[in-house]
Amino acid sequence: MTATLTKPPVDVPADPEQPRRKRDVGGFLNWVATHAIGLALGLMFATPVVFVFLTAVMSDDQAFTADLWPREWHWENFVEVFDKAPLFQYLINSLTYSLLATAGMLISSIPAAYALAKLQWRGRNLAFLLVIGAMMLPPQVVAVPLYDTWSSLGLTGTLWPLVVPYFLFDAFSIFLLRQFMLTIPQSYVDAARVDGCSEFQALVRVIVPMAKPGIAATALFCFLFTWNDYFGPLLYTGEVKDQWTLSLALATFKGMHIVQWNSSMAVTFLTMIPAVVLFVFAQKSFVKGITFTGVKG
Amino acid sequence: MTATLGARPAPGRGRARARHRLAVLGFMAPAIIGFVLFFGYPLVATVVFSFTKYDLINAPEFNGLDNYTFMFKDPLLIKAITNTLWFVLVLTIARTVFALGVASVIARLKSGVGLIRTLCYLPSLAPPVAATLVFFMVLRPNGGPVDNLLGVFGIDSPLWFSDPAWAKPGITAIMLWISGDLMIIILAAILDVPQEQYEAAELDGAGPIRRWWHVTLPTISPVLLFGIVNSVILALQLFTQAVVAGSAGSGAADATGSTKYLGFPDNSTLTFPVYLYTQGFRYFDMGYAAAMATLLFIISFAVTIVLVQRMRKNSTAEEGGPGA
Repeated sequence: MTATLTKPPVDVPADPEQPRRKRDVGGFLNWVATHAIGLALGLMFATPVVFVFLTAVMSDDQAFTADLWPREWHWENFVEVFDKAPLFQYLINSLTYSLLATAGMLISSIPAAYALAKLQWRGRNLAFLLVIGAMMLPPQVVAVPLYDTWSSLGLTGTLWPLVVPYFLFDAFSIFLLRQFMLTIPQSYVDAARVDGCSEFQALVRVIVPMAKPGIAATALFCFLFTWNDYFGPLLYTGEVKDQWTLSLALATFKGMHIVQWNSSMAVTFLTMIPAVVLFVFAQKSFVKGITFTGVKG
Repeated sequence: MTATLGARPAPGRGRARARHRLAVLGFMAPAIIGFVLFFGYPLVATVVFSFTKYDLINAPEFNGLDNYTFMFKDPLLIKAITNTLWFVLVLTIARTVFALGVASVIARLKSGVGLIRTLCYLPSLAPPVAATLVFFMVLRPNGGPVDNLLGVFGIDSPLWFSDPAWAKPGITAIMLWISGDLMIIILAAILDVPQEQYEAAELDGAGPIRRWWHVTLPTISPVLLFGIVNSVILALQLFTQAVVAGSAGSGAADATGSTKYLGFPDNSTLTFPVYLYTQGFRYFDMGYAAAMATLLFIISFAVTIVLVQRMRKNSTAEEGGPGA
């Protein structure tokens, strides 16, 4: 949560020649009003999580009441939830899914994005349109035949159906990486070719080092998307408890411990931590990446 | 640096071209295989399955248009379509307007920008399951924080996820809480508006609101269109929040195996994808689910076309730039 203060974006140069007095009073009130609204917005977004945290550290009895502030701080709630459900197993499953998928995505998507951004070939525009089409397609559309196929391979009930596709094709990552690579001047690629680099060498030695921020952002999004994924794990591992990911388990935890608000909120809080940690360490990548998905796309 | 290939002797050029082709093929190979396996084939297969009766155990059995004609007689499907249309309409408008509003406020801040931007953005990174449970707790009618707050003003809290009339607004509230990604996109677009345009408008005597309306809004309209298309797609595939809100609201002990909770309360959270999932993977009526998937495909395809058209227009507008 330690947000760095970036430089104020607009209206920095004050206009010194203007008649000032009247503007100053109005400007000051304007400043106060805008910042009050801004602060209120920030608080509005933050308070739900604060309440989750406060509920998580309450005693069993108090969590059931209308109290907002814990009478005693039961930090051990965060530890005890590990006894109530095999959270450690779910954590490992989540990490397996997210890390393997992200690794696979990097192997398959970087070359494809390079071919789409920096190489000239017939059918390139069509290929890019297909990537966008795949990106926009609701996952439920292709779920029936895919489940059918994985089931006939005997792989439903495992994490394989979730991980394998990333080693071949991930539309969003290819899209995002391509957008980043477009910003690298073509002259760098041409220079590498003149120096006798093969296309592969040009990619590895020139493009990848230059696209590092973009690659980092794409990897972050891929990790978080899979970490947060609910439909995929539900579809393929819903019936096999020891393959559940944290997201899937969390949905059930509330059901099983309906009365114990403190436990379910403790687990909820824990599953939100990785995203916050990643964000704190890679704030710039996130903001840049998010911007790229919209403005250029 | 602008050494054209034409300067090279012809035979080397031929070989270079073959090498180039091989490189493209090599780079694209995994993506092509993946696209065919995970999109091309299943799309065709979905349409084929939609004309069959299939339960995953016995071989698919051709039954013509039965699945499609059954749609008209299925009250739950009508309910699911109505629910999803509700989200397409309400969620799209609410999310775009809300994100635009928050971004406009943040763009005007002169200090604390980083902190407030972070606070607004962070919830969008939370797992959707967690975000739903957060709201389930915060909005709980008997003593939750919002109930407390409303009590101060003497208002009775709605029952939210236990009341068919309030479950969808509750889910919309969750979706607004996690709309930070769209906010960041719109914020970036607002900050990209050339300063001279504001100055010109100011010289014409336009106040802040009129500048926002006449300068900011038209300039960022492509991004707003992206936001609308993006929100429509999001509404069309709304699944996780609906399932989790339904199961938490019903107090179901088993959030994955049972169908009782889906759509709770009174099918008000039964969205189109949730119903598709129920038919296909709970009742194993794969043929009917495939027919629904075909319908969903046609609709989302049409929405995607809108986005692609807009991108085309954009890339021709900035011809010469890298965005070819």
